[in-house]
Amino acid sequence: MNQKSVALPRENRKDHPASIKRQTLRQKLAAYRKTPGSLAILILLILSAVITVGALIALIGYILVMGIPHLRPSLFAWEYNSENVSMMPAIINTVIITALSLIIAVPLGIGSAIYLVEYAKRGSKLVSLVRITAETLSGIPSIVYGLFGYLMLVIACGFKYSILSGGLTLAIMILPVIMRTTEEALKSVPDSFREGSFALGAGRLRTVFKIVLPSAVPGILSGIILGMGRVVGETAALMYTAGTVAGVADGLFASGRTLSVHMYLLLSEGLYTDQAYGTAVILLIMVVLLNGVSGLIAKRLAKGLQ
Amino acid sequence: MKQLKERGMKVVFLLAACTSIMAVALICVFLFTNGFSAIGKIGVLDFLFGGKWKPLNDIYGIFPMILGSIYVTGGAILAGVPIGLLCAVFLAEFCPPALYRIVKPAVDLLAGIPSVVYGFFGLVVIVPIMQNLFGGSGKSMLTASLLLGLMILPTIIGVAESAIRAVPRSYYEGALALGATRERSVFAAVLPAAKSGVLAGVVLGIGRAIGETMAVIMVAGNQAMMPQGLLRGVRTMTANIVLEMGYAVDLHREALIATAVVLFVFILIINLSFSLLKRGEKA
Repeated sequence: MNQKSVALPRENRKDHPASIKRQTLRQKLAAYRKTPGSLAILILLILSAVITVGALIALIGYILVMGIPHLRPSLFAWEYNSENVSMMPAIINTVIITALSLIIAVPLGIGSAIYLVEYAKRGSKLVSLVRITAETLSGIPSIVYGLFGYLMLVIACGFKYSILSGGLTLAIMILPVIMRTTEEALKSVPDSFREGSFALGAGRLRTVFKIVLPSAVPGILSGIILGMGRVVGETAALMYTAGTVAGVADGLFASGRTLSVHMYLLLSEGLYTDQAYGTAVILLIMVVLLNGVSGLIAKRLAKGLQ
Repeated sequence: MKQLKERGMKVVFLLAACTSIMAVALICVFLFTNGFSAIGKIGVLDFLFGGKWKPLNDIYGIFPMILGSIYVTGGAILAGVPIGLLCAVFLAEFCPPALYRIVKPAVDLLAGIPSVVYGFFGLVVIVPIMQNLFGGSGKSMLTASLLLGLMILPTIIGVAESAIRAVPRSYYEGALALGATRERSVFAAVLPAAKSGVLAGVVLGIGRAIGETMAVIMVAGNQAMMPQGLLRGVRTMTANIVLEMGYAVDLHREALIATAVVLFVFILIINLSFSLLKRGEKA
């Protein structure tokens, strides 16, 4: 039969995992010979996993192999001009816009998560409304955010194409990400922490800031870094809010393109494919690093809880 | 004093919680007021079902773009769902832990790669392959569908895997005990139980695909006319907005905003069905 293990008396099972009789490979193959349909399915399953991972490796590998030779020092010059389409100004703009959107989205996201987890009553109408709207926000395509930012910030508020318009638009875009991860982090703090704090006479506010938030920091941090990754990779929402000026933005009300907008424009102009390769490498490295750090923090958090 | 601070901060947190409600309200107000005036001027039927998009002659029919978006999304579902679903089953039921530690982060990373990088990869790798295989420019509905299929993989895998893992172990064990093979147990007992969760993942993937912009622009060809076939170029609603917003004025600009309104309504419907499906999973 295809049974993987032979059931042992309950008391033996935990103490002697080695005593479970495992099928050898040959037995497995013999079993599969009787059920070719199952074997076919198993092969399909493995194949689809191979395709998924293979696509990722092909994508990253191709861009790194083709792009790294195009990374010249001149691409990191401080000045952008038509002879040398340096990406340094775009990198600086990316950092500015990322910082700006985080400054706005992080307090709002953490604050609303604190309200949802620590203050709101169970099953309140407001809470479910906040959940539904946050879910809606996370499903809205970036180009719709871009047009909204254009209509409200660029036109109605009169901010023009500017770093500020772009930062605000992206702040709304990453708000649900930060909210959700913070909420999960806060929920994973055991109730006994709160009860202990209350028993010592601390108020709710003090409990939140001195006890709950410090223990939730790794989870919150991993959410913030995930949000950073979204901002760095965003293009469509920025083209019509932050604009496409190639130099470093001087001031909040000046336009400036981020790295991913820079890359799209290089490609659509059609003259700078080599430089686009180089930009893709830097963009990819930034995003992979951010994702990796976020994953590491989340893993450490999971270990800490066990 | 302490009481005051407690109350004050509670209000502050409450206000923070209301930002997402306000954001959705503002987005609806700004898009709908600007979009509806254009739809009113052009006429609902002419706008939604008009087959010609000629801004120079003041003819604004976005039916080709609506069809383009639907076709490309359908293609992405055909390409992405089977692989994504099988991969989710593999990860949830068959993957050895050592391998899981490699495959799972790879899937997560796939979700984090910027769409402009996907588009670039499509442009320099998939488009030339298509050129060699089928001739023509290589930028086509098929190319866009394949690229989008790849892009929605992580979404589908993530949601479907957690849905499969949420099925009680006893289903699987029961099927095994009846003599079914591991594969048969998973596909005949576990997967049907995870149906609504898996479907929710597919719906979320549809949302991602229909809203995708930068990657599609680079590989779809973007001809503003009725889709002619799998190997011909198409233009999606998202591409229409990005390509023309830069120089559009007056009614043209409003028509583009109205295109975003149509897209937004599509997304709202998709989101609604997603949350309905998720509720079905819990029940």
